[in-house]
Amino acid sequence: MNTSRFRIILYTLAAIVSLAGLADATYLTVQALTGETLVCGGSPDCFRVLGSSYARVAGIPVAAFGTLAYFGVFSFAMFAAFGYARARAFLTLTVGTMFLATLWLLYVQAFVLHAFCRYCLFSAALVFGLSAIAVLVPSSR
Amino acid sequence: MKRYLPFFIVGTVALVTLASGALLYRAKRLPALAIPENSTTSAMGGTEMLHVRGRADALVTLVEFGDFQCPPCANLSDPINQLERDYRSRLRVVFRHFPLANHQHAREAALASEAAGLQGRFWEMHDLLYREQSVWSKAPDVRILFNAYAGMLGLNIDRFKKDMESEEAKARVASDEQKAGALGVRTTPTIFVNNHQVSPAYLNPAGLRGSIDTALRARTPVSSTQ
Repeated sequence: MNTSRFRIILYTLAAIVSLAGLADATYLTVQALTGETLVCGGSPDCFRVLGSSYARVAGIPVAAFGTLAYFGVFSFAMFAAFGYARARAFLTLTVGTMFLATLWLLYVQAFVLHAFCRYCLFSAALVFGLSAIAVLVPSSR
Repeated sequence: MKRYLPFFIVGTVALVTLASGALLYRAKRLPALAIPENSTTSAMGGTEMLHVRGRADALVTLVEFGDFQCPPCANLSDPINQLERDYRSRLRVVFRHFPLANHQHAREAALASEAAGLQGRFWEMHDLLYREQSVWSKAPDVRILFNAYAGMLGLNIDRFKKDMESEEAKARVASDEQKAGALGVRTTPTIFVNNHQVSPAYLNPAGLRGSIDTALRARTPVSSTQ
């Protein structure tokens, strides 16, 4: 398999993974906007995480930022797969930022809130997958 | 054509995401519940005993359907007490049980509060259960802790134990659950201010204060609807 083909496969894979993340983050954003995370009816652990002050930044649900980030990753991966040269740099930058944000959110869940939200863990797994893809993509030079 | 394909794909995904998000939002948004104006306490039968704090002629009535093991309910307990202090005679608070099935000790806690209520200490037990929620909710045998709480409140322990098992206490909890079912309550806390449900997004100190202020501006005395 030549390098160009391998690169396209990885970008396509990144786009597919980011679509899963987009669905997850959109669901969490809607939950936050409807206030469903503020009531008991589901998992108490999810409430502890999604109802905490760490789940919002300046009043905006963290999941909304996640939605934008996953959409960005999908867009950059698509453009990169179609040969747009600059898209790769944006993809790497976005995934790197998401990786750092994920580490922070995992730390908060494990050591501050002592509770894990399964949707957040799913998103963390996707971000780690995207990070691995971003590292594996061969340079175009 | 190939040049424009990524724009088309990205645009399509954006539209699908927005549309599905909007549909999900509409589906998830809980329908605004309201307590019917003709729903009176006497209609509920002999087991009905409202737990009320505040004056009967208060301009605003806040009704909470709560679960003692629900963390958001516990989080709201102190803010509601603060609202009572701030609004004084203008606000009265009613508590109704809605123990959720997924909370292992919620029903026992509701019965403990009713048993305390039978000795005139419902609200003291209510506050204590919320304050100590993180302790008893993880305990394997909550009865020991509830008995200790009864002792702390100066209750007759033997009577408290007996009352917790009594049909009277069970019937009172069941009566509130029945009321919740009739109103379409599904989650906790569900709060009504002057018969109108407070949106879950406003279940915080500032949101409740805003709802009470709005009800006060409307200045519609409500005295017989809970």
